[in-house]
Amino acid sequence: MENLAELTSEALKLVAGANDLPALDALRVEYLGKKGQITAQLKTLGKLSAEERPAAGAKINEAKVQVQDAINARREALESAAINARLASEALDVTLPGRASESGNLHPVTRTLNRIEDIFTRAGYSVEQGPEVEDDFHNFEALNIPSHHPARAMHDTFYVDDHHVLRTHTSPVQIRTMLNRKGPLKVICPGRVYRCDSDLTHTPMFHQVEGLVVDSDVSFADLKGVVAQFLRTFFEADVPVRFRPSYFPFTEPSAEMDIQCTHCQGKGCRICKKTGWLEVGGCGMVHPNVFKACDMDPETVSGFAFGMGVERLAMLRYGINDLRMFFENDLEFLQQF
Amino acid sequence: MKISEAWLREWANPSINTEELVAQVTMAGLEVDAVEPVAGAFTGVVVGKIVSVAAHPDAEKLRVCQVEGHAEGIKQVVCGAPNAREGLVIPFATIGAKLPGDFKIKKAKLRGVESFGMLCGQTELACGDDDSGLWELPSEAPVGHDLREYLDLDDNILELDLTPNRSDCLSVRGIAREVSVLNTCDYHALKITPVAAQHQEVRSVTLEASAACPRYVGRLINKVNNQAATPTWMVEKLRRAGIASLGPIVDVTNYVLIELGQPMHAFDAEKVQGGITVRLAEPGEKLALLNEQTITLPSNALVIADDEQALAFAGVMGGQASAVNEQTSAILLESAFFEPTAIAGRARNVGLHTDSSHRFERGVDPQLQHQAIERATQLIVDICGGEVGAVFEQVSQEHLPTPATIKLNKQRLARTLGLALPDEDVVRMLTGLGLVLEQETELDWTFIAPSYRFDIAIEADLVEELARLYGYDKLPTRTPQFADELPATPESTVSLRTLAARLVTRGYQEAITYSFVEPKLNAYFAEGASVVTLKNPISADMAEMRTSILPGLVQALQHNVNRQQTRIRLFESGLVFAHDPHASAEKTYPQTRKIAGLLYGAREESSWTQVKRDVDFYDVKGDVEALLAATGNQSAYRFAAAQNAPTYMHPGQTAQVFLDDKLVGFVGALHPTTAKKLGFNKTLFVFELLLDDVLGAAIPAFSPLSKFPAVNRDLAVVVKEDVTAADIEDAIRAAAGEDLKAVTLFDVYAGEGVESGHKSLAYSLVFQRLSETLQDEVIQQAFDNIVKTLNERYGASLR
Repeated sequence: MENLAELTSEALKLVAGANDLPALDALRVEYLGKKGQITAQLKTLGKLSAEERPAAGAKINEAKVQVQDAINARREALESAAINARLASEALDVTLPGRASESGNLHPVTRTLNRIEDIFTRAGYSVEQGPEVEDDFHNFEALNIPSHHPARAMHDTFYVDDHHVLRTHTSPVQIRTMLNRKGPLKVICPGRVYRCDSDLTHTPMFHQVEGLVVDSDVSFADLKGVVAQFLRTFFEADVPVRFRPSYFPFTEPSAEMDIQCTHCQGKGCRICKKTGWLEVGGCGMVHPNVFKACDMDPETVSGFAFGMGVERLAMLRYGINDLRMFFENDLEFLQQF
Repeated sequence: MKISEAWLREWANPSINTEELVAQVTMAGLEVDAVEPVAGAFTGVVVGKIVSVAAHPDAEKLRVCQVEGHAEGIKQVVCGAPNAREGLVIPFATIGAKLPGDFKIKKAKLRGVESFGMLCGQTELACGDDDSGLWELPSEAPVGHDLREYLDLDDNILELDLTPNRSDCLSVRGIAREVSVLNTCDYHALKITPVAAQHQEVRSVTLEASAACPRYVGRLINKVNNQAATPTWMVEKLRRAGIASLGPIVDVTNYVLIELGQPMHAFDAEKVQGGITVRLAEPGEKLALLNEQTITLPSNALVIADDEQALAFAGVMGGQASAVNEQTSAILLESAFFEPTAIAGRARNVGLHTDSSHRFERGVDPQLQHQAIERATQLIVDICGGEVGAVFEQVSQEHLPTPATIKLNKQRLARTLGLALPDEDVVRMLTGLGLVLEQETELDWTFIAPSYRFDIAIEADLVEELARLYGYDKLPTRTPQFADELPATPESTVSLRTLAARLVTRGYQEAITYSFVEPKLNAYFAEGASVVTLKNPISADMAEMRTSILPGLVQALQHNVNRQQTRIRLFESGLVFAHDPHASAEKTYPQTRKIAGLLYGAREESSWTQVKRDVDFYDVKGDVEALLAATGNQSAYRFAAAQNAPTYMHPGQTAQVFLDDKLVGFVGALHPTTAKKLGFNKTLFVFELLLDDVLGAAIPAFSPLSKFPAVNRDLAVVVKEDVTAADIEDAIRAAAGEDLKAVTLFDVYAGEGVESGHKSLAYSLVFQRLSETLQDEVIQQAFDNIVKTLNERYGASLR
């Protein structure tokens, strides 16, 4: 039995010195396995008397438990050291930038148009489109602008041939819609339009969005309500809106709509040319001649129309100060929206 | 149009200040664009007279002037102006005067000579643009008098931007009428009395084009002195209207134009041979105009001719041959009414725009001609003297516009405005504008429009007038309640927005480029098709309509490459244009919506995680696949090596995109030659698709999930290089039978271990059945069939 104590202390020493899990496992087999040295001690019990056996057996078991506990403790220590070493080796510089999946942007005009469309489609308007090379009838005649009408001079028209132009406004889409669908109508017509004019504040191509409402009993009060509400919704501000008498051949009464200068709140500044107001578009009640051109009876239907420059709205909304940037497509510009 | 506020107030003088007046007329539809003071802010400037001039002892350019005008007597002023001379009457800023820019005049010494004040030019007083020297005032100007008072300089120039319907407001008279109605204040109409004839000499007038010129009024004035000076008050009023003084007779006609709105013309009577004929221009007829330009008259142009030739471009401009000059001693005054449609566009056709054509094409009061000629006669006689002849006239009554008689329905008025105006207000406002109330019933009024309102013809015109005078801002506002039908919402199409979002997520910036492009650039992409050309482009490099979106994107690329950008992805959607001269009128200009993209430069933004490499074909193809996947209908698309790719594309790196069997676009590399010609040294990858075709979406259709395990098998085959992956995949699918669930190509290899001229393609195949676990034999049979088929069709061998 002296041998057992020696064996135990030898095993405990070796376990404490084991440096990895395989070595530890080998020690377990060496001492505690079926043929292990401590297990083998059990065989010596046979030589003992019946009275001695239980105490000797208990001692051997005690030794086994002692060694097993030591092995378990050592295994835990080794495993924990191993995971700590792995964690240490896997540490990253978490301040390095993440793997990029760069995304682009919509053009500010598209962004603005989408916003306008969202506002109106929520109120039940549909979005209509049409050709950009337009014939004289849809661009002018049906809109009560006969040839030689002085209003044609206001349009600076690009001509394709004697009867076709680049549309000068999106109003021809209104004509096409009225001819195709009759009433009642609630539509907006966004798109590119063209005027033969190019300077600091004009580009030969720009975007308009026009609206048209046709029903049996539409009044100027409705027009004022819709336009003012739209402008306040678009700018997300309770901005004052004013209507100024103007002239368009296709509406009567006609008005230009101004909003209080968003830059100086109406005090007068460079942006609003000291007037305190910014012109944002034109509107009016649909002219009877326009209804007639669309085979509708002005005695029984009424309607209003309005039109706005999209670049103008985008400039005011996003603080863009140079119209020409819209069509240069400089990445540094596009990336801002 | 520019007019002097003071002149306006001679006619209608409401008790409101300039600012209020401007706001008021603007809100009534006569937009005031600008208000400019007639003169700068200055004080202490009097009318001075140079009584003597002596050379400066020490300065060649300076003169020492003795000047009269100061209350204390003659003052010495040193002056550098080249026109300083004895007897000249000039503005004299005395000691203590303040000039514009808060510039104070003090006693000074110039090169040792004392100077007591300053003699001024126009620009120094902000009274005009003439900076050539001293402002030469009329010799009869009252010396010593305050200059502001003498020239009535406490006045503003109002610049109005009138809409084309308001021709009646193109005169002081017209604006005054409007102001008087807006303010319910007096309207001081000018009292014009006929000037008695002193002789009976007349010229015959023939109205050959009587529809175009229904009224022609003339008068001969003999023995006029056109060397007389135009009075200062007239010169000043004209200056404030933006018109230069050109001698008294022309000045008077211009004055009447601004005052009454009647364009007039004065011929040198001695240069008019015989009678006057108003007729259309003869083919090829030429005329030397007053502006020294000789034009070939358009065939629809109206001319005033004598017995020998055309004298004037009617309603537009007079001719040189019959022009008045300083020697003119007899004149023929013309005051006519030309029909707007007979003048409209004629001036513009030959590049002209005059005060006269501006008014005639918008409409001049057809009842104004006699008043105007009497007013002009009186002014001419007052200034130039002369013997006045009898007024002669030709008129075609049937062609004169007849005033419109208009019914205004009371109920409709209230409905359109959303407001019931009191009856008496309606009548007050409309009669104030010159309309005559003919009849009133319970239901409606009947009004007759005045001759000067060409824009009042129908009921809506009256509604507008009332809305305008009542005030748009005072009219009610309401939020309309219209019945809403729920709109059709097809799920079988996606929106452009969905596609755009897909590209944006993949790093593309949306561009918007001009629809017109440079012809040379367009030609690279037009493939010889007939293009739409603008007749009047804004410039030569914007003359043709694009046949593809690519030229615009290429231009945007050039812009960005020039700005040192190295990684560029752009897309754009919009119409492209074609010209089909043989098609029916409706289809002459086919317009198609497309969506196009362009990739250039680095694959990824420079980053520590990425290998640096440039984009290649499979990048752009991946983007197109992702775009098409947004429709949920990607399985309907097929990419095929382009059989006849556009010539500007790389023939070996271009795929055509088919939707079922329809060609809907292409994707690939730009031809290296094209890229080089466009100035790029790296490969450009592009795609362009027919937008309306690729918006078609598949509505999801559920298929049940299998509860049984899926089995994976890998297949690697070696085929000749020219066999396409698409063909192999099609063959695999066809040969595998129904149990094949998925095929994924996971490796493409050529090189060591593979016969040269060949490549190895490795696929992962997934088999699964809905109703049961697949037995090995079944899968093996399918697999063997695939191998056999590939071998038979493409000579493929297992690797």
